[in-house]
Amino acid sequence: MSANLLSIRNVGKHFGGLHVLHDVSFEVPAGCIYGLIGPNGAGKTTVFNLVTGLLAPSSGSIDFRGESLLGLAPHRITQRGVARTFQNIRIFKEMDLLENVMVGRHEHLKYGGAGLFFNTRAYRAAERRARERALELLTWVGLAHKADMLADNLSYGDQRKLEFARALATEPKLLLLDEPVAGMNPAEKTVLMEEIRNIRERGYGVFMIEHDMRFVMGVCDRIAVLNFGRIIAEGTPDEVRNNPEVIEAYLGKEDAA
Amino acid sequence: MLEQQLLNALTLGSVYALFALGFTLVFGVLAVINLSHGAVFMVGSYAALALVTRLEAPLWAAMLGAMLVSGTLGLLVDMLILKPLRARNAPHLIPMIATIGVGIMLTSTAQGLFGAEILRFPDGILPAGEFVVGDVHVRALEIAIVAIAFVLMAVLFAVLKRTQLGRALRAIAESPKAAWLLGINVERLFHITSFAAAALGGIAGVLIGLNFNAITPQMGQPILHKGIAAIILGGMGDIRGALFGGLFLGFAEVISKAYLSSQMGDAVAFGLLFLILLVRPSGLFGRKLERKA
Repeated sequence: MSANLLSIRNVGKHFGGLHVLHDVSFEVPAGCIYGLIGPNGAGKTTVFNLVTGLLAPSSGSIDFRGESLLGLAPHRITQRGVARTFQNIRIFKEMDLLENVMVGRHEHLKYGGAGLFFNTRAYRAAERRARERALELLTWVGLAHKADMLADNLSYGDQRKLEFARALATEPKLLLLDEPVAGMNPAEKTVLMEEIRNIRERGYGVFMIEHDMRFVMGVCDRIAVLNFGRIIAEGTPDEVRNNPEVIEAYLGKEDAA
Repeated sequence: MLEQQLLNALTLGSVYALFALGFTLVFGVLAVINLSHGAVFMVGSYAALALVTRLEAPLWAAMLGAMLVSGTLGLLVDMLILKPLRARNAPHLIPMIATIGVGIMLTSTAQGLFGAEILRFPDGILPAGEFVVGDVHVRALEIAIVAIAFVLMAVLFAVLKRTQLGRALRAIAESPKAAWLLGINVERLFHITSFAAAALGGIAGVLIGLNFNAITPQMGQPILHKGIAAIILGGMGDIRGALFGGLFLGFAEVISKAYLSSQMGDAVAFGLLFLILLVRPSGLFGRKLERKA
């Protein structure tokens, strides 16, 4: 057993002749906000797709809490405790907020075939519990007062919060955030930083991909840097910030811009 | 007279709506226009007939049996044909074309097994009651058809609106990927949807078979066209739209046959459809059609 939630070891991924990841290894410890950064096209999203089971690695291993995730379908991986948000938000716009979050309760909301024919005691009890948990999560992200609103009507920042609540409804151990501050203004970013710290305080592990350097440096406990499919640095924000290879590959360009 | 025609229209329209609901459900959840739905409807009708004549089953049992047979057929189509196409990321037209093939196969199989002639339910099977309200002759059969159709539709609406299964299906309709990553076994729900939609199509076949007391291998074709029209009119993938579209086509067909031209009822009904689409191209309940992978 290890204190690491997620262990990625010697992972390679190629699509035909195109090598996207080479021998990528890093560990996401429990109780940590972990960031994966790197220039566009470095392969960050591919890492997420491998962890969530949307893609299979060409080589290497991916373990979650000491057990391999390889060969598991995405819904199985979610059931093991990995949840994810999307860079381009994918909330269910034609449902209200409460329903959006309740969809995330799927694995925890079972009342069998008989329950479908309504008002069996098990059905009512399970629905009530799911509703209460969904409301709790909405309260936590500050959207409880909009629970009955159609998700389509939410502001961009609120849509992100809803996606958080929905992902947390699956009761994950590790939350993957795909560019959580994309398209947000500075004020929204500050709020989100608090939100993410909050999530860690509640005992969830957080693993994010992000472009925004200031945000990543401000919120993450550890950072890995991916460049052309290879990990070129790993460590605390300070260590990464002062790594010459990182400065050359990524921060240098960022500063020049 | 009008009242009598309205009753006929309600009967026909409610069965069209039932048929269209299954059709639109598959489109909404699987993003496939399943053109074997008409043949599945026909199979339901033959299944009920075979159960009644060969096994001497009572009509209610034959209806349940028909739903089971056609539902299983829908499930098999999904597992054997649509699933492998999904796994290969086949472009949208491919599964639709494949289902045309399934429809033709089923139609010619039915013709081989039962012959091309019109078959009828034996005497004494159909509810014979008839009563008169005002000037309107109401057959017990019509009441039963409308009641069965509306009860099934109400169950479907309630499941979609008020259960986790329904929420999961609506989630898949918006984004299968997001639903999958929320722990939903999307493939399994595709199977459930295919079964349920085909079962609804099958019972619609039994109801039409009973209403006209005529069953032929070709009977799936005209209703397939009406089903397509109904869901386009209502808005593709929209459940309320399918209900409304089905009823509309039933009324348009019966009323135009009665008052305009007995031969050109369908022409008038479909003409009306085009007129409505000119005003609302995405259908009455339709929103812009978009879906993320």
